[in-house]
Amino acid sequence: MDINDYKITQISVFIENKKGRFYNVTKTLKESKVNIRAMSLADTMDFGILRFVMDKPKDAYDSLIEKDFIVKKNDVLAIAIKDESGGLSELLKIISDLDLNIEYMYTFVNALENKAVMLFKFEDIDLAIEKLLDENIELLKEEFFKRV
Amino acid sequence: MFFEKNKETMSRKDIENLQTELLKEKIEYAYKNVPFYKQKFDEYGINKNSINSIEDIRKLPFTTKNDFRDNYPFGLFAADMKKIVRIHSSSGTTGKPTVVGYTKNDIETWSSLVARIAAAAGVSDEDIIHIAFGYGLFTGGFGLHYGLEKIGAAIVPASSGNTKKQIMLMKDYGATVLVCTPSYALHIAEVARREGLDIETDLKLKVGMFGAEPWSNKMRQKIEEALNIKAYDNYGLSEVMGPGVAGECETQDGMHISEDHFIAEIINPDTELPVKDGEYGELVITPLTKEALPVFRYRTRDITKLTKEPCVCGRTSARMYKPIGRTDDMLIIRGVNVFPSQIEEVLFSIDGISPHYQIILERAGALDSATILVEANANLFFDEMKKQRQFLDKINYELKTTLGLDVAVKLVEPHSIERSEGKAKRIIDKREM
Ligand SMILES: [Zn+2]
Repeated sequence: MDINDYKITQISVFIENKKGRFYNVTKTLKESKVNIRAMSLADTMDFGILRFVMDKPKDAYDSLIEKDFIVKKNDVLAIAIKDESGGLSELLKIISDLDLNIEYMYTFVNALENKAVMLFKFEDIDLAIEKLLDENIELLKEEFFKRV
Repeated sequence: MFFEKNKETMSRKDIENLQTELLKEKIEYAYKNVPFYKQKFDEYGINKNSINSIEDIRKLPFTTKNDFRDNYPFGLFAADMKKIVRIHSSSGTTGKPTVVGYTKNDIETWSSLVARIAAAAGVSDEDIIHIAFGYGLFTGGFGLHYGLEKIGAAIVPASSGNTKKQIMLMKDYGATVLVCTPSYALHIAEVARREGLDIETDLKLKVGMFGAEPWSNKMRQKIEEALNIKAYDNYGLSEVMGPGVAGECETQDGMHISEDHFIAEIINPDTELPVKDGEYGELVITPLTKEALPVFRYRTRDITKLTKEPCVCGRTSARMYKPIGRTDDMLIIRGVNVFPSQIEEVLFSIDGISPHYQIILERAGALDSATILVEANANLFFDEMKKQRQFLDKINYELKTTLGLDVAVKLVEPHSIERSEGKAKRIIDKREM
């Protein structure tokens, strides 16, 4: 097993909180034929951080850089949980017991039958992969996002 | 390197004796030829015998920008139009422009002064010099041009505008020296990089002579890194001559004032009394060799300090440090005096910060607010909200400590702050006073 298989490329974009900025990002992605799989927006009064997981992260990255957006690449984990009440809380308890630090997380809707998928940014991704696999938590691989 | 070594290394005593003699002569000359000064000197009871030592200059009245306006256009000229060979003037954005004239001798003197600062920065007849100052009424373009020609360098008088073309010329003609405003130098570096140039191999630049707007040492570092050059500051203003009043030597520790042509004083702008040695105050300049336009104790409104300590380069002249601001662009925000240069110093001390920033002043009700816009870049962008906030809070804290004032810091997208080809527009004051 190669732990790198579980690292999902996430792309973050800095946007000013101004009309049309969000659209400009999605437009750029559309033009380079990139499909957005999951997305989250963290924003303040002045600026926002858009985070994406997409089918062609390299194309997405290049096209955004080309358009002078401020972009960062990061690795996140995609964790599948039972799509029923308490599923997430059970997972969070395990993570907390394992003493893993979450920087942020967001959901990935409409992924698998009977399962929900959450994206997590951990402080130490290698450690998180190792420990979560030990607990038999289902981690999705990057190919998964190319298919859905 | 020296242009006029014997004059640039005179003993302090010789400098002061020479200044005293020239000042006496100038007083007599202005009394005879400029009605404005005849009246002033009569009023103050001044004649050449009032001056026995250099300190006696304090007996003379000041000359201000308003005196130029009141005597618009040629009222302060001492020479006939027959002897005047050049006229320059300020843009006059507020009211009438400030007009200055030069005789043939003045142009010679001016050229020598510029040649001195160029030689001090290591520029010689081997160099190819790209001048990207506007040529026109502004003294920067022509002033540098004639002085650099005097040392025998090859000049490319590119003037201002069309940055991409300027870069092409610098590359194709192999410019070794760049002359422009410091903010334009940064703009050139940015455009060159965007155009895919490799600064080290495509350009042959080694020296930059920058002036005409205030800039900090941090900005110097940025320019030196971005263009792979040594960047030298120089100082001058048209009312007393133009560029060439003072310039840095290769030590880059203050600008040598050509004291055989100028007397420099530092005063407290409020009390108008001299400050203690080495303290900050307003620079006051008296040109000693100008024929067309003798001026006494001109209030430059620039806030700086002087040192008369000998410099390692061997020059004996007083050195002035980079002005930290102007008496009139001192901002008063919620009752606190702030110089834009202080803000710049804080911003540029932050690793990876973009050189493009703008200070926005607004007033809501009776309260002023200041917001500093800084262009974001990959170095300043953290994917985590907490880290992003911490970063902004850190800048905010640094500014608060330095200025004693709470200012908001806002990251904006790249290229959203307007670029300038002349002086950078750093302050947008939307307050209605
Ligand atoms: Zn020196």
